[in-house]
Parts: sequence; C-alpha cells; structure tokens
Amino acid sequence: MSQPTLISAQGLSVHYALRGGLIGPKPYVGAVENVDIEIASGSFFGLVGESGSGKTTLGRAMLRAAPISKGDVHFDDGEVSYSLKGLRKQDLKDYRKRAQLIFQDPYAALSPRMTVRDIIAEPLEVMGLTSSRAETDERVREIAAKCRLNVEHLRRFPHAFSGGQRQRISIARALVSGPKFIVADESVAALDVSIQADVLNLLKAIQEDMGLTFLFISHDLSVVAHVCDHVAVMYLGRIVETAPTRALFSNPRHPYTTALLSAIPSLDPDDRGKVQKLEGEIPSPTNPPPGCTFQTRCPYAIDLCRIQEPSLENAGTEHRVACHRWQEIGDQAT
Amino acid sequence: MSRLIDVENLTLQFDTDEGRITAVDDVSFSLEAGEVMGLVGESGSGKSVTAKSMMKLNPRNAVYGPETKITLHLEDGPVDVMSLQNDAEMKIVRGGSISLIFQEPMASFAPAISIGDQMVEQLMIHTDFSKPQSKELSIEMLDRVGISDPSARFGQYAFELSGGMRQRAMIAMALSTKPKLLIADEPTTALDVTIQAQVIDLMKDLVTEFGMGIIFITHDLGVIAQTADKVAVMYLGKLVEQGSVRDVIRRPAHPYTRGLLAALPTLEDIDAPLTPIPGDIPSPLERPSGCVYHTRCQEVVGARCSAEAPKFLQVDTNHAAACHIHDASGGAA
Repeated sequence: MSQPTLISAQGLSVHYALRGGLIGPKPYVGAVENVDIEIASGSFFGLVGESGSGKTTLGRAMLRAAPISKGDVHFDDGEVSYSLKGLRKQDLKDYRKRAQLIFQDPYAALSPRMTVRDIIAEPLEVMGLTSSRAETDERVREIAAKCRLNVEHLRRFPHAFSGGQRQRISIARALVSGPKFIVADESVAALDVSIQADVLNLLKAIQEDMGLTFLFISHDLSVVAHVCDHVAVMYLGRIVETAPTRALFSNPRHPYTTALLSAIPSLDPDDRGKVQKLEGEIPSPTNPPPGCTFQTRCPYAIDLCRIQEPSLENAGTEHRVACHRWQEIGDQAT
Repeated sequence: MSRLIDVENLTLQFDTDEGRITAVDDVSFSLEAGEVMGLVGESGSGKSVTAKSMMKLNPRNAVYGPETKITLHLEDGPVDVMSLQNDAEMKIVRGGSISLIFQEPMASFAPAISIGDQMVEQLMIHTDFSKPQSKELSIEMLDRVGISDPSARFGQYAFELSGGMRQRAMIAMALSTKPKLLIADEPTTALDVTIQAQVIDLMKDLVTEFGMGIIFITHDLGVIAQTADKVAVMYLGKLVEQGSVRDVIRRPAHPYTRGLLAALPTLEDIDAPLTPIPGDIPSPLERPSGCVYHTRCQEVVGARCSAEAPKFLQVDTNHAAACHIHDASGGAA
C-alpha cells in the first residue's frame, strides 16, 4: 500500500471502572484491550463483530469520544499530527473538524425542532468555520447537493423525511466541516434493504469524491464485504483478525471469523445446514476467560489457548491473525 | 399434509386522526400443517399486522374488510376467526392453537415475574395441567430448547438472561402449549449471527418434531432461504408474489422481489454492485393508484400500471405474482 497511514492505534485499551473493589485492584470492564490498528488514507476500513465486541467503543476512542486508558491513537493528515491521548483543548477542537461520526439511528440523531438547513449548518456555526450567513448557506447547499438533498428539502423539518433521506441528512451534517476521517457506526443497520443499497452507494461515492477515510462499523458481514477494502474482526475487545477484504472473505484464518462467515444465512435454499456452528454466547467482558478470549467457544482450543493469550501474527500480505493454531487449522482445511 | 389455515381476502384498515389507513389490502394465502411460510417485506409492508390478524390481535381502531375470512382448521372442526368476539372465545387463537413469538424478547417477558411463573401461568390458562405438571413441562421445554440448567433458569427473571437465552425461553414458552400454528415475528432480528444460526436450527428441529405450521416474518431473505418452504412477498399491504422458496428466490416474478434481491449484499459475489430500488416507500396515507409498486418499478409496462391494480396470475405451478408483465392479454394497453 502506497497510501500513508491517516490514523492508527497502538496498544489501545479502553477501560470502564466498575463499582466495588475496596480491597485489591479496582475492577473494570475492558471494552477495548490492547488494539493495534492502522488505517491508510483513503481507505474504507470495516470493523465487524457481534454485540459487546467493543467495535463501537474502539470507533469512539479513535474520535476521542471514549477515554483512552492505555496506549494511544495517532492522527496525521499531512496538515496536522496529533496524539489523541494527551490532546490539548485547542487541538481537540481542531480534531473535531477533521474527524466526524455518523450515527446509527437517523430517527434519533436529528433534532425534530430544527430545519434540515439548520441541522446541517450547526457544526459550521459551532466551530466558527464560516464568517457570514451567506457563506454558511453556500457550504450547506454544496454539501446537501453532494448528498442528493435539494434546496426545497433544506426548508423542511426531519419528520417529513423517510429513513433513507434522514440518513442522507446525517451524512451531510457529518461532512459539512470538511473532515478527513469519518466513523460510520452501523449507519445502514436501521434501513430497509432497498434503501440501504442507496446509502451505501452514496457513502462510497462521497468517499471517492472527497478523498475521505472511513471506519465503517457494522455487524453485517455481507455489507462490509461489498463496501470495504480492509476489514478487522473484533471479539471481546480484541482484534482477532485483520486483512484486505478479499483475503479475509476468501481465506479466513481465525476460527471465529470462519464461524462468523458460515453463520450468515445463505440465499441458496439448497445450501441448508452447512453451518459451522458456534456453541454458547460471547462471554461477559467484566470477566473474560483466561488465555485466548475465544477459547470457551472455539472448536480447536487446546491447553495453550486456555493459558496464553495469542498476539497478532502475520499470515499473509497485510493479513494478521491472533490464534495459536491458525497454521495447523489452515493446513487441515486445505 | 392437511390444511391448517386459510386466509381469504384479508383487508385491514386503521382509523387514525389523519384518516383511514389501509394496512393490508385483499391478501389471501393458506398454510398446511408442518409447512413453513416466510412472509417477507420491508417496514410498513403490513407483514406483522397480517400475521396478528390470525389471532385478531390488532388495536381497537382496526377495521377488517367485510370480505375478510380466516379459517383455522382444527381436529374438532374449522374455526371462523373473524366471528370470535370476547376474550373467552379468542383463547383458542391466542396462545391456544396459535402462538406468537415477538421480535424483542426483552419486551415480551414481564420484568417482575420470573420466567417460570410466566410459563406456568399460560399453561394453566390453556391446558388442563395442574401447577406441578405445568412446572415440570416448562422445565422440560426449557431443556428442549437448549437452555442449560433449566430448573435454575425457571426461577430467574428476563433481565438475568442473555439475548439468545431470552429468545430460546420465548420459544419454549410459545411451544409448551403445543400450538398448531406458530407465528414468529422477526424472531432472530435482534440476535447476533452466531446466535441466530442456533435459533434457526432449533426452530427447524422443532417443526420436524411437533409438526406445526410456522409463519416466519422477516425482512431477511437469507433467513427465509434457510428456513421456509414457501414465501409470500408483501409491499405496502399488498401481496405481490407467492411461491416455493426456490422459485421466488431463483426466478423472482415480480419486479419488487427482483429489486429486493438486487439490492441485497451477499457473500457469494462480493464484487457485484448493489442496486437500490429507486425512491422511497410511499406513505400509507398516499397509496399509489393502480399497482402500489408502480412509483418505484423499473419494469412499468404502460399507463395500465398506474390505472389498474394487477391481478394475481400464475407464472408457474404454485408460483404466482401480481404484475401486469405476466398478463399477455392486456399487454398492449
């Protein structure tokens, strides 16, 4: 990859304190544990995992919207370079222009009392990016047009819009400050299939047009397979596998990734029951199992997995996997 | 197989402040015992209210059309669901011969009553079992759906169980009365894929074991392909296509079904472009004239589509679609 890294995390952990623990160490939830991740400029990077895997927290930490307990996040867009952990207030303000979030629920994310124009213009006004109302209007119209909203739409209130249109308004609001990095957290999960495709195509077009970098968080692997160039799979706060999309889907190395892929219901009615089933459920992050966090559900777990936590190893070009047995398992499969 | 339920000309409207809204428009289908029917559609397509009509479980402002006829075929003879009046009469379709599993298992259990007490309560209402017998059967059912340590779970509350566990408990409760028809309204939508796979598997086993009919409501065509024998596709309260799961998914006959499949990202071909269906689902207050889908349809055949509602036409054995493209006689219009 020739593109420089836009944002990266090194040993990033996000811990939330729990009540209790007068004696001994303070109990905490490790929502994100020791994550290394590198996102190249211009990438559409997918982050997948089940509920409770820590994908949303990781996304928030990369926006400095979740506390960084250990490690750090580096952001470098060629103009500025920040370490997010010790970011000064002034720099954090500047970082907010450069890194933005698109929410999941387009019904909850928009104020019902503001017109679409005001919703999109608010970030510009709060950040003081424009000097006159005319300039603000100009910017709003420009970004609205990119998101296929017309001037007529700008005068209305959110309730007059469908789910897909509302999500386009949310996207316009996120883009109006001219960010470089966008975290899209389950941004199409609440939409119907016929609308979802439209919003995905719009995100891709905007990304190419404006040269943006996306962290696309989703539980839906089929969606990620279609839009992302790189994918990281999370399980219980850790990244268990990361690779270019094609490599991950054609040659998954981690048993969890394999199980996740095979659990997606196939559209072929004659392809029933060929699912490699996972027993049980994701353990609680307050009390993660020792060793590899996946060992309680892994069909390949051996004694080593119950004692030692595996680290990410290289398994191909840009392909990394955290499993003690990935080589053996891969050999068995072929 | 024997016929389980016949739904004929189901029309359902709601009286609201903004006027009378048509939620379901002249829908007919039937289900055999032991058959799984997938009811597919996007939000607002009327799939949930259609299913709830079989239990007459719709709010007070619901108005059924005069032609509506729903017949449940039981061993003691047919039951005319529309003629059921009071709660005592409706017991037969509400939890007796028909059970319903909701999408959100957290919202379906009472939070302050233990899972076990809720299971026993409904068994006492619908069966002749004594309390100890009900408890025994409930624990047996919890075990049957793969809940470990069922006697301990029996005394727990909904918040103490995980999402997958709650949905299993919900299924155990729905099946303990041995219903003839199970209506599952998006039973796996709130679950993670690995848990979804477990629940789908469980439901398939239970159909085989209990031989009941299932109406499986979902927006996920993948789930349908994995579970259903036949499929009915709804759009804006209209049934637009009906047929065997293979026919509908491999040879979709209605432009809407084709559009849904083209918009769906699949792992089989990750490079295929995603083709959205243009436009938005119209508001139920502004139902399009003629064919309800013509405002978004890519295959409009002429003025006829906006003027005349298409009839259901056979395109193959057991495969029918409501679209003018299949009507050769009037194609010139």
